[in-house]
Amino acid sequence: MTTPGFIVMLLSVGTVTFLFGWCIYKVLTTPNETDKVHGVEFMTPDMKEPD
Amino acid sequence: MAQNKEAWGSRLGVIMAVAGSAVGLGNFLRFPGLAAQYGGGAFMIAYAISFLIIGLPIGWAEWAMGRYAGSLGYNSAPGAFASIVRRPWAKYAGIIGVIIPVVIYMYYVVIEAWCIGYAVNFWTGQMHLQDAKQTVDLFVNFTGAGADASAMSFQFDRALPWLLVVFAFNFWLIYRGLSGGIEKMCNIGMPLLIVLALVVLARVMTLGAPDASKPHDNVYNGLGYMWNPSKVLITKITPGPEDKPREVVGAAAITEAEKEVAASSGSLVLKTVSPWSQLLNPSLWLAAAGQIFFSLSVGFGVIIVYASYMKKDDDVVLSGLTASSANEFCEVALGGLITIPAAVAFLGVAGIAGQAGVGLGFKVLPLVFSKMPAGAFFGGAFFFMLFLAAITSSISMLQPGIAFIEECLGVGRKISVSILGLLTSFGTAFVIYFSADLKALDTLDFWVGTFLIFMLATIQIIVFGWVWGMEKGMSELERGASVKVPAIFRPIIKWVCPAFLLSIFALWLLKEIFGFDLTTAQFGAVSAYVTDLFGASAKLPAQLSVALAVGIFIFFALISSRSKSYRRAEQGLPKNEV
Repeated sequence: MTTPGFIVMLLSVGTVTFLFGWCIYKVLTTPNETDKVHGVEFMTPDMKEPD
Repeated sequence: MAQNKEAWGSRLGVIMAVAGSAVGLGNFLRFPGLAAQYGGGAFMIAYAISFLIIGLPIGWAEWAMGRYAGSLGYNSAPGAFASIVRRPWAKYAGIIGVIIPVVIYMYYVVIEAWCIGYAVNFWTGQMHLQDAKQTVDLFVNFTGAGADASAMSFQFDRALPWLLVVFAFNFWLIYRGLSGGIEKMCNIGMPLLIVLALVVLARVMTLGAPDASKPHDNVYNGLGYMWNPSKVLITKITPGPEDKPREVVGAAAITEAEKEVAASSGSLVLKTVSPWSQLLNPSLWLAAAGQIFFSLSVGFGVIIVYASYMKKDDDVVLSGLTASSANEFCEVALGGLITIPAAVAFLGVAGIAGQAGVGLGFKVLPLVFSKMPAGAFFGGAFFFMLFLAAITSSISMLQPGIAFIEECLGVGRKISVSILGLLTSFGTAFVIYFSADLKALDTLDFWVGTFLIFMLATIQIIVFGWVWGMEKGMSELERGASVKVPAIFRPIIKWVCPAFLLSIFALWLLKEIFGFDLTTAQFGAVSAYVTDLFGASAKLPAQLSVALAVGIFIFFALISSRSKSYRRAEQGLPKNEV
């Protein structure tokens, strides 16, 4: 690996790690934020149908 | 203290759920192959630009449009489009957002079955691969790529039994809903995926040069092949149509290549291609933009559905950013460091040149793990990690279809799940039956998993920025957000993103459909994806695949044209009368 290659790798990996880390920090430290951030873990209304 | 712990567990659970929805197969298979093929540094520039001007803006647009539609009671892409555009055609455009996840699910679940099948076969000691031929033979037998229906046998070295298990598992999870399945799957699966990725990464980074007789084939050169911004190529001075340049990585390999050139009596030449000249290749931009779409699931019609279930003050900006950054972390920091370095260490640069996606994952890596000390464990761990990445994505592909059927037909979840189960089981059976050359899978991936995604993404950003309007769109996006969207994204969403998408789409059509060579600027043969459908060399599985997608579109269009919900949406009214 060349030195520019090493720099590209460090920059790429460093940037995405920093961005993900910042998001985790922001979600965990902002009051009530964990109630307001979602992925696909929703309780959709139709899931409440009786059996 | 116990309460505090529980709170942190639940908070981390939120992060895991968001990450779980974002991480998929493309992170570990497609990205590394493309980055290496297009020269690490140059690809990363195009990739980062695509992330900023396509990935984030379209993702945010989907989150905002979805949540707005949800506030009116609409949970499907046609409902969202109809309520925002308020024209009858909008619901038909929105159907593309249902077709994409439903059809992609039909073949994605097949690849998911390959992953779990390979993992179990590794862990049970069934994988003893000696060379590339054996690895390819295994793949051909397992997937049925040799002949139609040849994978449809109840043997553990065939895809069918694994497919049945995985298909049933997906529907069981979605049927059970949140607390019964999806949440647990994400909360257990995501940390496990990251731990497995780190374990495999640690193993790969400590491989060194596994074969002492081939010192050039080492992890360090693998990282170089992946990340070096300049490429060193050895090529013929007057290459024939079959002659392709060969990449050389590492100081010792370059010295050997120089000797080879000196001994070639002037027929060979060694040239260095800078990242800037690589950036002039439109194919690189196509590849980078395509990877961003596939990887972030933007333009899939999935985000818009899940966003519709959010409350009006939920944070769509940070939700979108967290999902995207989790995906990028897994893709660049884990996928980018595992796959290619491991493959180069055992097979050399020449052994993996031009491989990406399925080819890299199933025709190259199994041999790599077979040659690795404790390879049965690490191979199993790697393919199980892929399975976890795949299943969190595939379950998310089902809800758009479920929500659409419920909305159109006015039926409950159980009936909707049953209808979708029937439809997708037919489609998946079609894909596994027409397995020769993976023709059905490949055709659906091209026309639905690429062509329609470009179309939907373009429609979405135009609807957001031009039809809905920037003021309405941005105010919906930023409501309840803990971080403000930087002002630079306004002109990006309004002007840059649509222009970039339309340019990329035009280039993609030229290259992939009309056979235009973007590097030589000459028209060549028309793409096989077109000739497979028309003319003397047409192939029945390809024609039937397109007919399947068109048939589903017509079926969805018919039921949505009679939907009372969408008539109300077109008038800007809530789904249910208050």
